[in-house]
Formats: sequence, structure tokens, C-alpha cells
Amino acid sequence: MVPLRFDLSLPRRAFDLELALEVGPETVALVGPSGAGKTSVLRAIAGLARPARGTISCGDDIWFDSGVGVDRRPEERSVGFVFQEYALFPHLNVEQNVAFGGVRPDRLLRRLHIEHLAKAKPSELSGGERQRVAVARALAREPRVLLLDEPMAALDPHTRGKVRAELHDLLRELALPALLVTHDFEDAAVLADRVGVLVEGRLRQLGAPAELLGSPADPYVAEFAGANVIDGIAESSRHGLTRFHFDAERVVYSTEEAQGRAALVLYPWDVSLSRLAADDSTLNHLEGEIVSLVQVGNRVRVRLPFLTAEITAASAERLALRPGERVVASFKATQARLLPSD
Amino acid sequence: MRSLFAALLAAATAIALAFLLLPVVAIFLRVPPGDLLGALGHDVTRDALVVSIKTSAIAHAAVLLVGTPAAYLLARRRFPGRGVVLTLIELPLVLPPAVAGIGLLAAFGRVGLLGDQLDALGLQIPFTQTAVVLAVAFVESPFYFRGAIAAFEAVDGTLVDAARTLGASPARVFLRVALPLAAGGLGAASALALARGLGEFGATLIFAGSLQGVTQTLPLAIYAQFEQDFDTALAISALFILVGALLLVTLKLFGWFRFASIFRSRVAPSISS
Repeated sequence: MVPLRFDLSLPRRAFDLELALEVGPETVALVGPSGAGKTSVLRAIAGLARPARGTISCGDDIWFDSGVGVDRRPEERSVGFVFQEYALFPHLNVEQNVAFGGVRPDRLLRRLHIEHLAKAKPSELSGGERQRVAVARALAREPRVLLLDEPMAALDPHTRGKVRAELHDLLRELALPALLVTHDFEDAAVLADRVGVLVEGRLRQLGAPAELLGSPADPYVAEFAGANVIDGIAESSRHGLTRFHFDAERVVYSTEEAQGRAALVLYPWDVSLSRLAADDSTLNHLEGEIVSLVQVGNRVRVRLPFLTAEITAASAERLALRPGERVVASFKATQARLLPSD
Repeated sequence: MRSLFAALLAAATAIALAFLLLPVVAIFLRVPPGDLLGALGHDVTRDALVVSIKTSAIAHAAVLLVGTPAAYLLARRRFPGRGVVLTLIELPLVLPPAVAGIGLLAAFGRVGLLGDQLDALGLQIPFTQTAVVLAVAFVESPFYFRGAIAAFEAVDGTLVDAARTLGASPARVFLRVALPLAAGGLGAASALALARGLGEFGATLIFAGSLQGVTQTLPLAIYAQFEQDFDTALAISALFILVGALLLVTLKLFGWFRFASIFRSRVAPSISS
């Protein structure tokens, strides 16, 4: 399997996007806020947008090299592109969509379990079915690289999990260099072997999802990974702990070292909630009023003015939590990470 | 206050409708159906009908053939001066037809801009059927251009990108994606342009004259007849209204998706397994 290599500079309105990456037979996800230029990277690789300078190659095949003036046209690059919202041809049925590249569609329709939809028009399909057609079409010409732009964004929340699992299995099976763009860290964590966080045109961190969760390089990455990021002041305290002040009077302790302005990084699932501060080994207890409760699958995200906690739906029910009620959020000093503010 | 305003709106609508329909109704009240068929048997009417159909068909085919790819380019490409080009294309819309006729004479006439070159080729255009075709094409083309550019601009650019990544050449993208998806808008623009071309009068009169059987189209025949034989003029007018109504009703009743789907099945044959 030949790797995809690129080293690009793409001028954007507010900044220049600079990104160099080598993608082997794996799925790499680029995550970041919208407007970070993630889609432009995919378009540049596919030949739909022209980088200011740089190189793009697939194995020994050079697709773009500003130095020697190589710029292969999209139809000459071996790229399968799954577009945002899928971009299926509305005037063609499923079979004709998949066959657009001039390939017999039967095998792909079977592989993606959409044979029964062969004669259906895209407008008659569900989001998940559309995604499968888009993937089948992208794979039709046996591309050497697969590009996926927000493949989960057009899906209903209740089909998302299933479709994501299927896409994950397929990507594993294909073992193609695949580059995926998403604004959702959870999608990236499930689908990708490595995740890159792109903010304002720069790659802040690239690593396995667990690595990004476990040791985020900066507050941005932590926020994308779903953490509470709280700005405050850190100072050394007794017993090798660091005292962290925020919101004027709130104080928490962390086992990590920091001095001066810092960001407290705390994952919602590391926070537990109770009616009264428990007298246990947990060092940090913060009292506050519940702002809102949102159920996500079998869990409930409980928003307090200063942080968000994620507890099981069963616990939320047992505690009979309601907005406006006061609760105590507790977490251990080892779970309170400190990062320098930027 | 509210009911007064509602009454005002209703009154305005009623006045507009009555004003627009009154002449049409008047023509039909003056022309019994028998006279209509009689007028069709009339030499003047028959000759004018043949001239109109022939010249409109040729002019319309030329407008579609040249206008469609040109509209596609103008819709897809961004280049300096594009706005100027788009404005120039619409110029004939705001010109009085008489000015168009004078302009065509100044360009293609014996002493016109291209007069010597055309003379050298042994071509004489003014006051021939070719002149009618040019006049009709000149006045109807902006109608087609405007609609066709809008239709191509409405085609989602991502679909074009998708086709490119699937290995389609620009020509294939045009034939299999842009053209079928723009078919509805192109059809509507084409109908509008055709109607405008059929009704062309001023430019044709000045550039091609009104010679029965050669350059006298239906509108010119109405003008020629209305002094000698008002009833024939009325009958031809009635014929026009019928053709126009037929065009409109077809457009509305069947909807453009029908036309589009006929087009699609021809452009994109299904690959059977």
C-alpha cells in the first residue's frame, strides 16, 4: 500500500494553512473548528483547489509539485472523495451514481449492502443509505487514497452510532490511506487511527485518540477532546500540590505542576455529582446550581456555571436532578490537569 | 384599516387582470371559430406561417447551439471583465427593436461594416430570409442567455467536483451532470426565447422588409393586413394567442421536470447489470 504524502501551504482569508502529513494504510482524521481549512486540505489533495506551494504525492506518483510545476487534474489523480452531504447526482439512481466512473456497480452495491436500492433515486434514501452510496461511488475506480469530508454530519443522531461503526469496519477492511475531516472529536476518535487537531491553519497535535485525550498538548486540543477548559491562576501549595484559582473565589487542587496563568483541563466523565460534599479521598468539591441537563444516549450531560459533568442516566435519575438545584461536583486532584494558557 | 388595505390589493389585482385580458377577449369576440380556419386558408396567412416557422426554427436552433455552451462558460468561469460581458449580452433586451434593425443593417448591409466582405463572398443579407433569421436570433438570444446562465449557475458546484474526482473530463461533466441538471431551466429559457422570436417585428421590418412568402412573418402579416383586411389581421392575432397559450399551458401543466426527465434518459443511459 503506497502512502499519501503532502506538504502544503494554502492561503486562507485570515491565515495561511501549513500542513505536512504522511498517511499510510490507516485513517487519519483532521479535526478543528469550522473555518480551520480542513476541507481545503482535502480539495487540494483531490486537485479541486490549488495550493500556493508544496507537494502532494501518492507513492512515487507526484500529483502536485509547485517547485517543478506539476499539477495533475482531478480526473488524473487516484482519489475517492466522499463529499460533505455526499453530493450524489440527483438525476441518476443509485446504480448509475456508482457506475458514473465507468465501472460495473454490482460488486460495490453488494459490498456496501445496497443492492436492493440500485434503482432508487438519492432523494428517496435515508442519510445512512446515502452515505453508503457515496462511499461505494468513491471506491468505484479503486482509488489509492480515500478522502472523507464530514461523512457523519448529515446523519440523524439515532442512526449515527450504527453508521459510524459500519464505516469504521469498512475503513479497517480497505486499509487504504484515508484522510477524514470532521468537527466532531468523538467521530474522529472512533473512526481514525490518528487524529490531528487543526486550529487556525496549524496542526496543534497529532496522535492516537487516547494520546490526545490523555495528554492534550494545549487547551485547544483539550477542548476539542471534550474537556472542560477553565482559565485561572496556578501556584505551588503544600504536599506537592498545585492550587488553582478561578472565578474569583473558587479553588481546586491538581497534582500537576504549573505557575501563573494556566488552564485547568477536566473531562466531564471524571466529575461526579452529589447532593452533599462527600467526606472521601476526593480533594476537589465545587458547589453550584444546575443550568441544564441534556441526555446523550445512556448518559446525561449536566451543565453547571463553571463546568460540565457527564454522569450515567441511571445516576441522574437516582439523584432526581433538576435545573436550578444546587449540587456538588467532585473530582480528584489527579484528574485535574494543568496546561499553560495560550 | 386592515380590510381597506385588503380591498385595495384586491382592486389592484382585478384592474391588472382585466386590463391584460380585455384585448385577448376582444379578439376572440370578433373572430368566430369558422373565420379562424378560413384565415388559415388565406394565402397571406399560410405564407407568413411558413416563413415564421422556418425562420424561427433556424434562429432558435442556432441560439440553442451557440448559446448553451457559451452560457455554461459564463456561469462556471470567473474572469476579469465577466460582469461587462454579462451586461453586454443583455443589451438587446433594453434596445428598441427598431434600433436592433438599424444596427443589423449597419453591420450586415451592403454599405455596412461587413458589407465588402459579404459582397466578396457573393452574399447579400438584407431583405432576405437570412436577414429574418438574424433579426430573430438577435432579439431572442438575450432571453435564452439570461435563463441559461442562471440555470447553469444553479447546478451545485460540488456535483461538478464529484464528477471530476470520478474521472470525468470537463466535456463529460458538461454532458452528464451540468446539462441534465440544468435542463429544466434551459427548457424554460428556450420557451421564453422562442416566444419572443416568434413575435419579433421591428428589427425584422427594418432589416428584412415585409415581402410576402419571403420575409413576411406572422407579426408582419398582421401589420400588412390590418389596413386592407382587418378580419384577417384579427384571425392571425387569434392564432398567435392560441399558440402562446398552448406554450404557456404546456409549460405549467406538464412541468419542466417532464422535459428534464426525457432529456436525462437520453443523456445518461442506465448501465444494466
